Amino acid sequence: MSTIEIIVLLPLLAALAVGLGSPARLTALGASVGVLLLSLGTALRFSPDLEGAYQFTSSRTLLEIAGFPRLSLAFGLDGMSLVLLLLSAIVLVAAVLVAPKEKAIKGSPRFYYLSLLLIAGGAIGAFCSTDLFFFYAFHELALIPTFLMIGFFGNGENRVRTAWTITLFLGIGSLILLIGLLLAVFATGTTTFDIPSLIALAKTPGNAMSEGTQSWVFLLLLIGFGVLVSLFPFHSWAAPAYAEAPTPVAMLHAGVLKKFGLYGLIRLALPLAPAGAEKWLNLLLLLLIGNILYIGLVTIAQKKLDRMLGYSSVMHMGYIFLGIAAGNHIGLSGAVLLMFAHGISIALLFALCGWIREQFGTVDFNKLGGLAKSLPELGLLFGFGVFASLGLPGFANFAGEIAIFFGAFAGESEAMTWIRWATVGALWGVVISAVYLLRAYRHIFFGPLPKKLAVPADLTWSMRIPLLLLAATLLAVGFAPELLNQYIRPAINGLLLVSAG
Amino acid sequence: MPVYYLEIIVVALGLVVLMVDAFVKLEDKRSLAWIGILGLAVVFALLFKVEWPASTEGAFWRFYSSGDSLALFFKGIAVLTTLIVLVMAIDYSPIILKQIANPEPGAHPQAGLGECFALPLFACAGLMWMASANNLVSIFVSLETVTIAFYIMVAYLRRNVGSLEAGVKYLILGALSTGFLVYGFAWLFGITGSMQLSEIATALANPELNPTVALFAFALILVGLAFKIGATPFHLWIPDVYQGAPTPITAFLSVGSKAAGFIITLRLLAPFLGSPALFEKVVLILTVLAVLTLLVGNLAALPQKNFKRLLAYSSIAHAGFLVMALACSPHETGGEITLSPDTVIAFYLGAYLLMTLLAFLVMTTLRTTIPGEERDSYRGLAKRSPFLAFALLISMASLAGVPLTAGFFGKFFVFALAVESQQWTLLVFGLIGAAAGFYYYLKIAVSMYLSDPPQDSDAAPISITPLTRITLLALIVLILLAGVHPGVILGLIG
Repeated sequence: MSTIEIIVLLPLLAALAVGLGSPARLTALGASVGVLLLSLGTALRFSPDLEGAYQFTSSRTLLEIAGFPRLSLAFGLDGMSLVLLLLSAIVLVAAVLVAPKEKAIKGSPRFYYLSLLLIAGGAIGAFCSTDLFFFYAFHELALIPTFLMIGFFGNGENRVRTAWTITLFLGIGSLILLIGLLLAVFATGTTTFDIPSLIALAKTPGNAMSEGTQSWVFLLLLIGFGVLVSLFPFHSWAAPAYAEAPTPVAMLHAGVLKKFGLYGLIRLALPLAPAGAEKWLNLLLLLLIGNILYIGLVTIAQKKLDRMLGYSSVMHMGYIFLGIAAGNHIGLSGAVLLMFAHGISIALLFALCGWIREQFGTVDFNKLGGLAKSLPELGLLFGFGVFASLGLPGFANFAGEIAIFFGAFAGESEAMTWIRWATVGALWGVVISAVYLLRAYRHIFFGPLPKKLAVPADLTWSMRIPLLLLAATLLAVGFAPELLNQYIRPAINGLLLVSAG
Repeated sequence: MPVYYLEIIVVALGLVVLMVDAFVKLEDKRSLAWIGILGLAVVFALLFKVEWPASTEGAFWRFYSSGDSLALFFKGIAVLTTLIVLVMAIDYSPIILKQIANPEPGAHPQAGLGECFALPLFACAGLMWMASANNLVSIFVSLETVTIAFYIMVAYLRRNVGSLEAGVKYLILGALSTGFLVYGFAWLFGITGSMQLSEIATALANPELNPTVALFAFALILVGLAFKIGATPFHLWIPDVYQGAPTPITAFLSVGSKAAGFIITLRLLAPFLGSPALFEKVVLILTVLAVLTLLVGNLAALPQKNFKRLLAYSSIAHAGFLVMALACSPHETGGEITLSPDTVIAFYLGAYLLMTLLAFLVMTTLRTTIPGEERDSYRGLAKRSPFLAFALLISMASLAGVPLTAGFFGKFFVFALAVESQQWTLLVFGLIGAAAGFYYYLKIAVSMYLSDPPQDSDAAPISITPLTRITLLALIVLILLAGVHPGVILGLIG
């Protein structure tokens, strides 16, 4: 059994154990710390010199019938999936620590922790799979418990309705995605579901997809993945779902699971259908500007912290799409870095938002205020989250965003192409983020303390540990982006080499 | 052992059950079901041991397709379905007894229960024969064997108006559809001069064939078949009959009868699809049939509140996906298509068996404790019986086509087939259907897990007999196993 198989199976087995009756929180915690340690170990043993090649590979053939693509349970890591694996592991540990103690859960604590483990296990499985089928299936595996958790343990009156909306949106998005993937598999010769072989096949002269097919494949993948990543105008499920989801679920979905769509676009859509990507570039630019500017303005209008964070997470996807649209080395590596950074920062903010909701019973900006004096530690950590999220230098998000902007503006000529115009538009997004994030900070932490507000004690150590873990990661990567770039660079190099043929 | 011995064994088994019921004084007639269950388990094991004759010249073999692993697979489906139907019938027998209450004094308290364990066995023999029928005569006779047994079983609850209504509807529409089928057979015989499907195929492939006449025969036969498999617009009997019939019989109808219907559909359509003159028109007709069935089955299922009726529409919806696979049949000369519709349909039906029978098994187990079959009566089930709720959740997830369940691979293969044969229209409607499926199947899961139980219900745990528990567990494990490793089912198709 390879290390990656163990990393993927650990959360799933732990979920099974919790289902069969082992102590829920302890098992979940043990499994998640185990996953984190194993992932870090993998990162240390990872050799960055192998450009774009998968490492730690393992493969078990499950189905081999004449005429149908070979199906195997195959795992492997390249730099990009390694970064996302680290993201998943860190956010998983934080989410389990932030999750309420067994006695504080209304309903079945076993089901609660089991679902968390399944969500994380699904996400990790999807990032580590090198077989298209399991890439897809693991993501779906993570979606089901997400729906149930929102309906079951969510906060707010409308939680069942919200669970429904997200089920239908993501269910239909996944189906569109499935058709796109099948189309790509059949257009490249129907012999394998193995992702590297598929991409290699798509590049073989005489076997390449026609431009018409590529265009369809890319469009289906863009919409399918786009729904999962809340690409404008398929975003309307996201903000209510994050606002009403239990805190650890919001952290895991917004932080980790959502990155599946972006990962899929970079991993599959770009190399499989480069001509399609070129054809639909302007559409993508238009939609991502919708994400950044339109949703940005919607975010400013929010009056509650949870909704605001939900919309801000939708908005920040726009930058990552911009990096993908740029399609060059610097833009793509910026996109991967920002995927990591956004995942950590949004998890930090949702964790804090959950704590505020639990302590004060409200996240309404008008009912909160002046907390900085009495709760300095909360204020400090919230500040870290806010500044990271708006892309202040020194935080990981800055490193990602700046690379994306450079990548999108790059080019020899001086003409203003569409993507340059889009970049100019996207830059205004930084201002918009600053407006809503700083306003939220001011509303909650400065100004007069509302009289009726009972102020609780500051963060306890059980809260501090996960939050510090997230904040420290943001700072470390912010000051030394090379920590991750050393993995991302060769992966993107390999990807572009393959794309170029 | 020659393969047709199996049908003989099953018929003999049915007779044994009838005779034991008549001549042995049994305390509890439910032990008759055990004879059936054990006998069928033996037959199922024997399926792996049968052999085919060296030549098909013999008198009896003319009616029998030979060397055909697909036929064996469908025989397996028939045996397994009947076995699980008998398991359900044991749980359901209190309800049956209540509805057939015998007024005569001095009669056995369970009088009239014995036949309901024997009849499924006769139907099973018919289903098994259907699986390897390759002659118009044997197709018709085996089909009628099954249908007549079903006429009785559907109307079995003779003190229940719903069951009688279902019986009458099934009888009238069934007879009508049989009429269409026979008339189609007559035309087909008139055109080709043969009853043997292989000879019919040769005759239809003749370029001098008059396509209009052949299409007329095709249309008549398709009407008869569409009734059996529940394809729109010949589906109208399904919701009422499913709702009225005793639940185990509904399960039998929706799995056993449908699977056998599909195997004869495959056999009867093959000559038409193999004819170059007819191919395109036949595919067009099948496409229209698939689109209609997908739309009606899935959209009509959305507002259903009665669980049994929901499963009826779900069975129409799944028929839609199966006809969709049929409409993706490759043109004989149109290059290589890799995945054959036969295999896809067989796999789909195998998966469909597991998940549908699981749902019906949960339903019959609950029927004695939960009075209604409305969706609302399942509210809060997760609190009362976590195991049954979990079983139903798996079944619904698989029916909806959630990955890592058997049902997903069914849909996946169908979609793959449609992509490969470039049937984009079908694909769009298939997508709409699958998306609607997410809604109405998972709605059940929501009401089990997320709603509070109804006010007046008691919270006592629900008892499950060991036999049912083992069957439930086996079905759950198989669904999940086939969801990761579809070779479990595909390997049996050969």
